[in-house]
Amino acid sequence: MHELSITRNVVAIVSEHAQQRKVLRVTLEVGELSAIMPEAIRFCFDICTQGTPLEGARLDIMQTPGSATCRDCGAEFALHDILARCVCGGTHLVRRGGDELNIKEMEVA
Amino acid sequence: MCTTCGCSNMEGVIITDPASGAMRILTKAERDHMHAEGHPGHPHAHTAIYAPAHTHPHTHEAVVEAIPAALHGTTIALEQEILSKNRRIAERNRGWLSSRGVLALNLVSSPGSGKTSLLERTLRDLRGRVTMSVIEGDQETMNDAERIRATGCKAIQINTGKGCHLEAEIVGEALAALDAPADSVVMIENVGNLVCPALFDLGERAKIVILSVTEGDDKPLKYPHMFHASELMLINKMDLLPYVDFDVERCIANARQVNPNIQALRVSATTGAGMEDWYHWLQDLLHSSQMGRLVHSAV
Repeated sequence: MHELSITRNVVAIVSEHAQQRKVLRVTLEVGELSAIMPEAIRFCFDICTQGTPLEGARLDIMQTPGSATCRDCGAEFALHDILARCVCGGTHLVRRGGDELNIKEMEVA
Repeated sequence: MCTTCGCSNMEGVIITDPASGAMRILTKAERDHMHAEGHPGHPHAHTAIYAPAHTHPHTHEAVVEAIPAALHGTTIALEQEILSKNRRIAERNRGWLSSRGVLALNLVSSPGSGKTSLLERTLRDLRGRVTMSVIEGDQETMNDAERIRATGCKAIQINTGKGCHLEAEIVGEALAALDAPADSVVMIENVGNLVCPALFDLGERAKIVILSVTEGDDKPLKYPHMFHASELMLINKMDLLPYVDFDVERCIANARQVNPNIQALRVSATTGAGMEDWYHWLQDLLHSSQMGRLVHSAV
């Protein structure tokens, strides 16, 4: 359940930036190839925000797509699954994106 | 709580030196302060929610990093990497380790893969050839640290309580308690879990994933992140291969589908078969890290 410690980090970072103001919304960017389940983050968010400036805040999660370059044939393509292969059958892929784990923005009252 | 490191709330972690019995239970307030040495000068704008108000003095010397936030009315653009705190502390650990010429390896696996048995055998077999010490990570008990200590090797136990993985900050504390000698190896035995430890850089030189033949050859596909993050896969319990439905070649092919560069070695910590290959791998890495340090210090 690494999402729990990740969510705690989110709450800590956002609270610091909020400087005592109430937080209305938080937007996260989570790459679709990262080992993060957005639903688990949502579950933890409700618990971790209790008693903090984030309590009741809306959580928006943008899932950013992954992409890869195939070392065998040079093709560049969208990578939606960590186990996907290139159409040429190649598995030697250089990942470009999809691992993101960022707080994009927040809205305060 | 601080923006620079975004302290996570991992109070209740216990670091124990079984040799002396010295024990440190990290409280929430302590966790909030552990990082201070890493970036002196941060403004300590702690809220009462995350840490008790401070009344004690701090030394604030360095200039705080600019907060990457721009105010747009009520919307604050952050672009802040959530794991940046862990990454920064991991880099600090890495620098500390390399300055001492210490090679740290992060051993990851599911529970019951035989990690501790493999470590015990490694420590006994390499005694006199390689100086090693161990950081043991488990949710509860001192069992593994005691087993390691029985080999004559120094071990520090981290009990994470509810935590399912080790993080860089707590490993930094354990490294300080361990005080490993120069040119030695520190084995960090992570919490048994094939998911969460993949995400957290501890400052190690490499992750080594241990997979036993009783677990199934499809594990690399089921838990791809861990095999993607590891440099070496040790296929353990090879002595049990005749009794289980496990295809070693298929397992290696599965791991390479996730990570084309992963190396694989077949070992049995029980019989000792294949262990020399692992020792060669370890010693080669140790020599290359020592050479790197010599070259670095000569420049």
